[in-house]
Amino acid sequence: MNLGKEFSKGILSENPLFRLTLGMCPSLAITTSVFNGLGMGIAFTVVLLASNIVISLLRKIIPDSIRIPCYIVIIATFVTMIEMLMHAFTPELFESLGIFIPLIVVNCIILGRAEAFANKNSLAPSIMDALGMGLGYTLALLVVSTFREILGAGTFLGYAIFGQSALIMILPPGAFITLGCVLAFLNKIQNRTKHSVNS
Amino acid sequence: MREMMLIIIGAVLVNNIVLSQFLGICPFLGVSKKLKSALGMGMAVTFVMTLASALTWLIQRYVLEKMQIEYLQTIAFILVIASLVQFVEMVIRKTSPDLYKSLGVYLPLITTNCAVLGVAIINIQKSYTFAQTLTNSIANALGFTLALILFAGIRERLEDANVPKCFEGMPIALITAALMSIAFLGFTGLQ
Repeated sequence: MNLGKEFSKGILSENPLFRLTLGMCPSLAITTSVFNGLGMGIAFTVVLLASNIVISLLRKIIPDSIRIPCYIVIIATFVTMIEMLMHAFTPELFESLGIFIPLIVVNCIILGRAEAFANKNSLAPSIMDALGMGLGYTLALLVVSTFREILGAGTFLGYAIFGQSALIMILPPGAFITLGCVLAFLNKIQNRTKHSVNS
Repeated sequence: MREMMLIIIGAVLVNNIVLSQFLGICPFLGVSKKLKSALGMGMAVTFVMTLASALTWLIQRYVLEKMQIEYLQTIAFILVIASLVQFVEMVIRKTSPDLYKSLGVYLPLITTNCAVLGVAIINIQKSYTFAQTLTNSIANALGFTLALILFAGIRERLEDANVPKCFEGMPIALITAALMSIAFLGFTGLQ
């Protein structure tokens, strides 16, 4: 078992947002500013890491027939914890992420990793898998939110860059446009490398 | 009555659940390749969302608030929704095989549909009454179905269109959704 590979696959080859297009709802909704994207990415990574650890440790105890409800309870418990922590320590972030914090529960990536990875592998690979996937998702959120904040508000992490801005990038359509263009750009790169490998 | 109308117009057109609140994007992109399956998914979501919102509202009011354990909201709601979906699936399979054939495949997908949990939480956050909760969830489900059917109609035509190679599949679907979202922004003035 190659731990480094478990870690790196989440960032590039199996990036949850860009490659597997999972977890779309929060990545479109909260990427209006880089700060929100970063906050969401960290909260997501913490929940994924904690649930992967617990599920990996309990994988021989949880009966197969009721595993999905068990996973959901475990994930929901950690989401509730992170929700309370954010409410207490980062009230601003809590306000701006709003309903999308409790909705981490239904983020298909977390349940997907539990089902596809943590219940088949031991502790160490599960931790690496969670860290890699979490980092990959956070990076993806950062890419999308950087474009949207710079173009839509003319700022980066709150610092002014442009005097003028295209408000539409902050509004809902901007989310679809940005993610669509980023995915198309990645497809283009992939096609080109495939092409050069073939020839 | 006026207030109810405002809730309905707000949920279906102005703050459309998919195109401006970004809930339920996965089925929106996943089950929108054919008009027929879009309709089936829309019906399944309408059914589950209405039942789930009613049930979660009752649980919040008479269990969580009575016992002062509101912090268990997320866990309680997701469990209620997951078991409700299972229950509905079993009932439909027993009572109406025809309905099961058209809705059945979509039901398991709904558990991880964030629109259902999202609307349930929004109803509580806005402290709606029971009647308002029912209105809001039906309206949101209609908004979801409307967006899904419109999108499926466009995508069926998109199949024949000449799309740049790198935009094929998901990227062009997202750009299409962006254009729809811009169109729906035009409803903002209604409220």
